[in-house]
Amino acid sequence: MKLLDSTDSGNSSSIERTQYPYVTGTSVIGIKYKDGILMAADMGASYGSTLRYKSVERVKPVGKHSLIGASGEISDFQEILRSLDELILYDNMWDDGNSLGPKEVHNYLTRMMYNRRNKFDPLWNSLVLGGVKNGQKYLGMVSMIGVHFEDNHVATGFGNHLARPILRDEWHENLTFEDGVKLLEKCMRVLLYRDRSAVNKLQIAKITEEGVTVSQPYALKTFWNFNAFQNPTVGAEGSW
Amino acid sequence: MAKVEVDVPPKGGFSFDLCRRNDMLSKKGINPPSYLKTGTTIVGLIFQDGVILGADTRATEGPIVADKNCEKIHYMAPNIYCCGAGTAADTEAVTDTISSQLKLHRYHTGRESRVVTALTLLKSHLFRYQGHVSAALVLGGVDVTGPHLHTIYPHGSTDTLPFATMGSGSLAAMAVFESKYHEGLSKDEGVKLVCEAICSGIFNDLGSGSNVDICVITKGQKEYLRNHLLPNPRTYVSSKGYSFTKKTEVLLTKITPLKELVDVIEGGDAMEE
Repeated sequence: MKLLDSTDSGNSSSIERTQYPYVTGTSVIGIKYKDGILMAADMGASYGSTLRYKSVERVKPVGKHSLIGASGEISDFQEILRSLDELILYDNMWDDGNSLGPKEVHNYLTRMMYNRRNKFDPLWNSLVLGGVKNGQKYLGMVSMIGVHFEDNHVATGFGNHLARPILRDEWHENLTFEDGVKLLEKCMRVLLYRDRSAVNKLQIAKITEEGVTVSQPYALKTFWNFNAFQNPTVGAEGSW
Repeated sequence: MAKVEVDVPPKGGFSFDLCRRNDMLSKKGINPPSYLKTGTTIVGLIFQDGVILGADTRATEGPIVADKNCEKIHYMAPNIYCCGAGTAADTEAVTDTISSQLKLHRYHTGRESRVVTALTLLKSHLFRYQGHVSAALVLGGVDVTGPHLHTIYPHGSTDTLPFATMGSGSLAAMAVFESKYHEGLSKDEGVKLVCEAICSGIFNDLGSGSNVDICVITKGQKEYLRNHLLPNPRTYVSSKGYSFTKKTEVLLTKITPLKELVDVIEGGDAMEE
């Protein structure tokens, strides 16, 4: 029995089913700090269990006031960036002296994600949206089924399990830039140790009232020299 | 020649006899009762002089908390303790069994048990049951060869680590360990770090909760700190207490000693075989 999509949205007549993600990015972490928002994501994109791309920028500026970070299917993220580009362009064409802030972009993304999910054709991403407008800091998250909320610190993917406990304990209001970066690096280091799809090449992006800065990619220092790792079966020869 | 059916004793290993029957029953909609899982956070770490084990105290049965204050740190030997996650019956049974085997071994050899002995006994037992005994354990102790910490997975594989976490809250606890562990911890630092890791599991994982149990094992000595931390006290207790509704009235109290009604034979004959 063929079910036809008879709306005039111009879509094809076959039903779109849930897709499977192919090229995926891992976690993104975002925190509010004294002057704005800090967001960190590594630059890896995996094709199943292969680490295929190692220079994917998963945090991008949107308009003048926002930053978007995405985990999940990279092609869907690129599609979202195109839609956001169009949105910002149309807003600029009004030339009315007002520009879309992070709250508005977050709402737009929520509607987009939720509508796609209702059509059983989701954009397979978890998005982190942060920005500053008129001194107001805003940090929110949208998942692929349209769950959205705003918080002082957010994480996607594995970051939910590994980074959130650390952020809940150690985040506080009015973090300085250095403390914020240190906190993000602490979380990214734990993710690097314990998430199999993480790579040691990350970017930290900052957005303040003045504008966006995305750092150059860099690597974290890791420590592997525990005594127990050097000789795990000392005193118990033959065990493993 | 007639075929004789000899009763051969089972050679060991898991007996799959009832699997077909269970399968047939579940197809008809009769499912086995759900397990009492411990949905847990258990951790262990090696510090300067020995091993510290920690565990939360919540036992869950699906979405319900079945036991608010259960004990997840099990005794194996005076110098070896084992934390258990997974199905509560499995962890209890397996640690009790291996604990008694260790005791017999101690009598036989006349020496203190070694952690690797417990490790090998546990891992061979779990491997024989091919993962059906759902017990994930963190085994720690101090013997003549020094402090040891191992994790044992339900299928029988083991790891030897300086710090380990298991259970549903293991990621939350591991996040704390990975960011704060370093070598040469003192006892107080170690206990504090273990408490932080278990609290991270308690507050960030739904399957873990209630209190923190700690066990510190050093050479020749152990400290079992049951309910070392109680971060979830019961607030809002009504000061008036609970007032019961009016009971049925007591009209008469009479005590009849049963000896008047029954013949009691003192020192009768012994029971026949």
